[in-house]
Amino acid sequence: MADNIDIKVEFTGGLEMLFSDKRNHKISLPAVDSDGQPANVAFLIKYLCENVMKSQKKDLFVLDGSVRPGILVLINDADWELEGEDQYELQAGDNVVFVSTLHGG
Amino acid sequence: MSGYSTNSIDSTVARLRQRVQETEAALASLKRDLANAETQAREAHDLSQAYQGGMPLGWQEDVFAALSHTLSNESTGPEPYQSQTADHGVEEAGEEDEEEEEPGDWKWPLRAEEYRRYGRQLIMPEVGLQGQLRLRNAKVLVVGAGGLGCPAAAYLAGAGVGTLGLVDGDTVEISNLHRQVAHSSQRVGMKKVDSAVEYLRGLNPNVNYRCYREHLVPQQALEVFSAYDLVLDCTDHPTSRYLISDACVLAGKPLVSASALRTEGQLIVLNNPPRRPGDTDGGPCYRCVFPKPPPAESVVSCGEGGILGPVVGAMGVLQALEAIKLIARGDHLSTVSDDTPMADSTDGEVPSPKAPTASPPTMLLFSAYSSPQFRSIRMRSRRPNCAACSAQATITPESLTSGSLDYVAFCGVTNPVTLLGQEERITPSDFANLALASPDAVLIDVRDTTQFELCNLPGSINIPWSKFPDVVKQEAVPLGKDVFVVCKLGNDSQMAVKVLQEAGSTGRVRDIKGGFRAWKAEVDPSWPEY
Ligand SMILES: [Zn+2]
Repeated sequence: MADNIDIKVEFTGGLEMLFSDKRNHKISLPAVDSDGQPANVAFLIKYLCENVMKSQKKDLFVLDGSVRPGILVLINDADWELEGEDQYELQAGDNVVFVSTLHGG
Repeated sequence: MSGYSTNSIDSTVARLRQRVQETEAALASLKRDLANAETQAREAHDLSQAYQGGMPLGWQEDVFAALSHTLSNESTGPEPYQSQTADHGVEEAGEEDEEEEEPGDWKWPLRAEEYRRYGRQLIMPEVGLQGQLRLRNAKVLVVGAGGLGCPAAAYLAGAGVGTLGLVDGDTVEISNLHRQVAHSSQRVGMKKVDSAVEYLRGLNPNVNYRCYREHLVPQQALEVFSAYDLVLDCTDHPTSRYLISDACVLAGKPLVSASALRTEGQLIVLNNPPRRPGDTDGGPCYRCVFPKPPPAESVVSCGEGGILGPVVGAMGVLQALEAIKLIARGDHLSTVSDDTPMADSTDGEVPSPKAPTASPPTMLLFSAYSSPQFRSIRMRSRRPNCAACSAQATITPESLTSGSLDYVAFCGVTNPVTLLGQEERITPSDFANLALASPDAVLIDVRDTTQFELCNLPGSINIPWSKFPDVVKQEAVPLGKDVFVVCKLGNDSQMAVKVLQEAGSTGRVRDIKGGFRAWKAEVDPSWPEY
């Protein structure tokens, strides 16, 4: 089994500001988490907070153990609610987008 | 009975079943042939009549009438528009009288001017005569007359929507004009809805405009929405977005929702088809997609974050497009359910179309500086426990109209930042006097570099707040000196002072209370306001 899964992660809607003003990230994610379970989106979110996020304002990304309200998570261009939410097991080549909803008009 | 085995009975049944199927198939085939033959016979009959009969009598009369017609101003033709009765509390900005040009015996479904004005969209199969009649009979409500509402309303008025309602309590400011294209420099200070209607009436005087000069409130939302076929959310805050969605679900109206900030925009058609709460065939509502509001401190306005005019303009134009598609198809006319009142289309009856096929909901994301710029994402359907549109809905017409739903409390409010005590803060006037007397003090401006370049105080050092903690960690800020910190409004500057204190600063560290907004008010009126 491969040790890492290579995926693409994208931040938009202002979330990129929490990640060094960079929208597109290539992430090489450990294929299993610390409990030996296959890497899922919940694990990815934790990984991003601990390894990729530069900003102090963590609560603009995660709140109560998951992404904060007002952030859509898209797995291969579908709302993650169609894919099993944070339990979705990541595959190599997956494209995960975190979008903050906008309110201006 | 011993002569028959069960085997032979079974085979008899099977044989008969086979015969029945064959006969039914043959019958169906015969019926198809008959229908085709009838159609051909009808066509042949019509054609032979046309060849033999010359011009029908009616045509001849029309031609003689046209030849003898002398142009006159009198018009007795049927008035193609319904007469609108004003809702109470709403000012009708009614259509202007225009010169009637049709002869009294005008017999076409649209007026001559309408054929000319809408000709370029009329000849498209996506619109056509039926689509145009549906547009003319449609009543569309645009909530918000800003960066989204201006272009959306302009294209809807241009397309010939019969009634266009505009809701907004704001007045036009000069900082609106780079994107809110219906307003003008001359109309700064005017109510936005009045300014917009002035522009729209110049564009198309044939539309019936209705002005609502206050912000939408829960108590009136249902009553207002019930008079329309379709609602556009062109507002700029989560509180109004939840309110508009709830009212659309309860009133049974589809909702075209868009938003924009900086270089990005989002668009989604909600509650389409607008089935009643509990009907899982209905489209998802705003609460299905966003059951919980975002934390108040994560909500960034265009005033704080900035906005490119064409970005929000593109989203408003796309809202108008979705509205026109929906209306021209006649989706808004299909019956919602037995007891939900729907659009009362009494005049110029347009054949009611088949119920819309619910296409899976999608959200369109636009990002001006990404490639590709547009991305369509598949969204969820109605949420089984949605507070507004599910069988377990807790939001009812009564709870909405009574005002018991507090949308402001639901979405939360940001409290003013007060991290520092009085001795850690200095007023702009005191700073102006002190700065002259203490040449060693350092002034740090924590605004973005982009803002710093617009205007800054001589000698000030720019360390943007987003990078501030890192810069302090790298010991790039002198910790032994007296430091003043300033920003736009006096919030980030307080947090920066805290960071310096926690890093062990030995000098006296203070922030300038109220930032540059207070600086302009108290010290330097020439400081540019942006
Ligand atoms: Zn819902």
